[in-house]
Amino acid sequence: MEWETVIGLEVHAQLKTKSKIFSGAPTAYGAAPNTQANVVDAALPGVLPVLNGEAVRMAARLGLAIGATVHKRSVFARKNYFYPDLPKGYQISQYEHPIVEHGRLAITTASGEKIIGITRAHLEEDAGKSLHEDMGGFTGIDLNRAGTPLLEIVSEPDMRSAAEAVAYLKTLHTLVRYLEICDGNMQEGSFRCDANVSVRPLGETRLGTRAELKNINSFRFVERAIEYEVRRQIALLSSGGQVRQETRLYDSARDETRSMRSKEEANDYRYFPDPDLPTLLLTDAFLAEVKDAMPELPDAKRRRFCEQYGLSVYDAGVLTASREMAQYYEDAVKAADVEPKLVANWVTGELAARLNEEGLDIACAKVTAQGLAGLVRRVADGTVSGKMAKDVFEAMWAGEGDADAIIGARGLRQISDDSAIEEVVRQVIAANPKQLAQYRAGEEKVFTFFVGQTMKASRGKANPAKVNEILKRLLAP
Amino acid sequence: MVACNGSTLHRIPLLNAEEIEKVAHLARLGLNREEREAYALDLSRILDLVSQMNAVATDGVEPMTHPDEAGLRLRPDGVSGEIDRDRLLAIAPKTRDGLYLVPKVIE
Amino acid sequence: MTLTITKIAEDLAAGRCSSREIVDDLLVRIKAHSALNAFISVDEDAARQGAEAADRARRAGAGVLAGVPIAHKDIFCTSGVKTTCGSRMLADFVPPYDATVVEKMKAAGCVMVGKTNMDEFAMGSSNETSFFGPVRNPWDPQRVPGGSSGGSAAAVAARLVPGATGTDTGGSIRQPAALCGITGLKPSYGRVSRYGLIAFASSLDQAGPLAQSAADCAHLLSAMAGFDVRDATSLDVPVPDYAATLGKDLKGLRIGVVKEHFAQGVEPAVLDVLREALREYERQGAVLVDVSLPNSAHAVPCYYVLAPAEASSNLARYDGVRYGFRAAEYKDLEDMYKKTRSEGFGPEVKRRIMIGTYALSAGYYDAYYLKALKLRRLIADDFARAFERCDVLAGPASPSTAFALGAKNTDPVSMYLNDIFTIPVNLAGLPALSMPAGFVGGLPVGMQLIGRYLDEARLLNVAHRFQEVTDWHARVPAGI
Repeated sequence: MEWETVIGLEVHAQLKTKSKIFSGAPTAYGAAPNTQANVVDAALPGVLPVLNGEAVRMAARLGLAIGATVHKRSVFARKNYFYPDLPKGYQISQYEHPIVEHGRLAITTASGEKIIGITRAHLEEDAGKSLHEDMGGFTGIDLNRAGTPLLEIVSEPDMRSAAEAVAYLKTLHTLVRYLEICDGNMQEGSFRCDANVSVRPLGETRLGTRAELKNINSFRFVERAIEYEVRRQIALLSSGGQVRQETRLYDSARDETRSMRSKEEANDYRYFPDPDLPTLLLTDAFLAEVKDAMPELPDAKRRRFCEQYGLSVYDAGVLTASREMAQYYEDAVKAADVEPKLVANWVTGELAARLNEEGLDIACAKVTAQGLAGLVRRVADGTVSGKMAKDVFEAMWAGEGDADAIIGARGLRQISDDSAIEEVVRQVIAANPKQLAQYRAGEEKVFTFFVGQTMKASRGKANPAKVNEILKRLLAP
Repeated sequence: MVACNGSTLHRIPLLNAEEIEKVAHLARLGLNREEREAYALDLSRILDLVSQMNAVATDGVEPMTHPDEAGLRLRPDGVSGEIDRDRLLAIAPKTRDGLYLVPKVIE
Repeated sequence: MTLTITKIAEDLAAGRCSSREIVDDLLVRIKAHSALNAFISVDEDAARQGAEAADRARRAGAGVLAGVPIAHKDIFCTSGVKTTCGSRMLADFVPPYDATVVEKMKAAGCVMVGKTNMDEFAMGSSNETSFFGPVRNPWDPQRVPGGSSGGSAAAVAARLVPGATGTDTGGSIRQPAALCGITGLKPSYGRVSRYGLIAFASSLDQAGPLAQSAADCAHLLSAMAGFDVRDATSLDVPVPDYAATLGKDLKGLRIGVVKEHFAQGVEPAVLDVLREALREYERQGAVLVDVSLPNSAHAVPCYYVLAPAEASSNLARYDGVRYGFRAAEYKDLEDMYKKTRSEGFGPEVKRRIMIGTYALSAGYYDAYYLKALKLRRLIADDFARAFERCDVLAGPASPSTAFALGAKNTDPVSMYLNDIFTIPVNLAGLPALSMPAGFVGGLPVGMQLIGRYLDEARLLNVAHRFQEVTDWHARVPAGI
């Protein structure tokens, strides 16, 4: 039997606010335990939540970016359950009336563009952290994360493969960083994902029983976890078994998912509207303000890069993968004042490779956009060859100065003067009579030998185009 | 024993012991048998009182969650107030190394 | 010793006495009447120091309330001072912060002499659910003072303090004020900040003053009320100087007489007292208008869904992890939760947590919680309709005078029905007060006056005009 995979994703994006969603405590990551939790976060008797307007603005920004309805009326509810890192005994979350509904996101798949529906996005608060290790039989509770604003973005079950799920996640990841609402740091848990996975016989329209996969904190793990889970479900169904609706934890060390029995206990969250927080009402003016402050979105930027800079769809895609990368490119193009495609080659080539090698973010690049522009300009005007420019780039990366200074100091200036090159070529020909005879006898491949010898003799500085041209002329019988 | 004091003529408790236990568990209240029975009766009486609401037709009535319907006020995003961790932890039953301690949670 | 706030303020301003002298005197009285059990904690040293500080401040020029001793209900968090909420759960809880009400009254110069007893987590109408024992009614120690602000009401009635704070979720200021023969005001929802007030039912809780007279309540309310950025339900509207608006005559005032409140279920003698009070208003030029609040009959059932539902969630934070009581022995986390909560909470609190949990649980939400929210709307609409025809509503604050200790302990429902006249007001979020209107069998009778939203000034004036020509509010229990 042929099977179809059905995947829906729930993403929890931590919003980049300075303070918590309902308190004035800071949201810094990695601080000493319980130093970022104030009386409100610790749920002392008598404290009250007050909503952070910036979190609302960020949610609305995402809503507009995915073409969703941003509701003028939304409601915060309490989700009641006991857990030691949930100080109030309830989580404030939007339930029946979320702020954002009915959006969509276009992703690029192997077979072209695909639209993934986004059911809803709602605001809620994060819980604290439970630390189970080295506590001498106890669990330690750190409330620093408690009250950090989250936007939970829930997709429709529109994805049909792990690859599509990853494409969706990456697109969404790019988007939230573009919108500057989330730093996207998956290791620190700023961008977390749960996947609802089910399979069904191809052609079946009803959904199969799904499993919810938790704890998948990298794109790679998302792919692996889903692939494992799909195999597991197909094997189960093929052998006459049934998939149980349950929560499963992905264990990246073993590359498998396993049932979280402790969460199986039927929960009854007793949602009800939070009486401490009246209905959230958004005005037209508020929404207009959010709209006016919207940055250019990835799709629009990619299209513009193709048109304005004459780039391929692929290059434009790479250059717009993040807002910072796109900004770097545009700054470099502006400063270089040369063919934009040449700048693109350098950004997507040498620079991207170096960043990747060192695991750096574009913001930490050791060659600035202006610096790179200076180098590309010297390539364009023939001062250095492309090959030499790579050495210059390395030197710039190592902090040896700007392109012109390095070219000057190392004497890397390309020799483009015809008479100087001719002089070298004559010497090379004179020193290799045997090869000259072979060439003149029709062995054209000996030509590259002469090019190599000439470059060697000029210590790489001869302009290769000129060398070619002059060699052809002087080798001719 | 409590039943004898009941002022209302109560036929069968609306809630059985199992339901009481389920509710007590949701609320994380540990009840002994005696308490379960007492609460079963009390809750049944209260639910009897509460069921008087059914005498009123409320079709199409907009639920009223807050007395003030002006809408939620938003706070500007800024860090405010200080955090005195030592003072907060000092009132906790059990702490170590800046953490609140609870019996080990089994994941 | 029957000093009112108004009189103390005058004496202090004229230099006839010092705050320290008044506080010393009150501390002696508090000790002498400790059998009333009105206080959970009294910090004599802090009170004396506070009074001395106020005396110094007064010399530099200070507000009306500078140096005036008051007590706070033990539901308001006081920084560095034990705040129990009448519960074993918080018996040793010392908050690291002040409630906004506490902060504001401190800023106004009030001197706190202690924290008053109350029903556990404000759940009760007799003050018998307190972990620290029942409060006794100064008019008859065998009777209840009402609740949940019973300690505050008894303390004012026994002249242990000239004024006190209270909270009112379903009548917890007005009913004890009525049963103790004092004046107590529940302001409009949102008028006074709830920050630092330990929550019972968040959409109904409101803090207010208890004192001997409406004029005294006016002074206290001016200090307590006002916008607070820390409470999202706090109203950002200016606070009038309530004392300054007192004295307007009542000619043409339309008093709505609620048909359903003058009906069976109320002690006939109580109704007689109220009718007489209404005649006094007519003598002052007010006009009586018959009005009806048909849905108020269902306010008690509605309230006993909504308040416990909110409470079941509000009280989930008492889990023995970050503060408060934790059971001594437990097997594991679940056991710790269950033992901590069943040992830390008293029977009435557990009863309400149970009913609230049940009402919100899967399958029952629509039948109970949602139904109650709709009914709440109808009840509020009734008031809106009534206020088209009148300016204030009048009726009993309680169906009877103070009842005997233990009389309503066995059947929760009979206790709940005691709040039948006060509860609808909380559901609608309106302001209301109770003031002494006469006596039945030596026990005070309270009249409830209900106002339009944010119309506290008018309510206080209407009560004040009555108190200018009557002395019910000035009567003192025997032996006090």
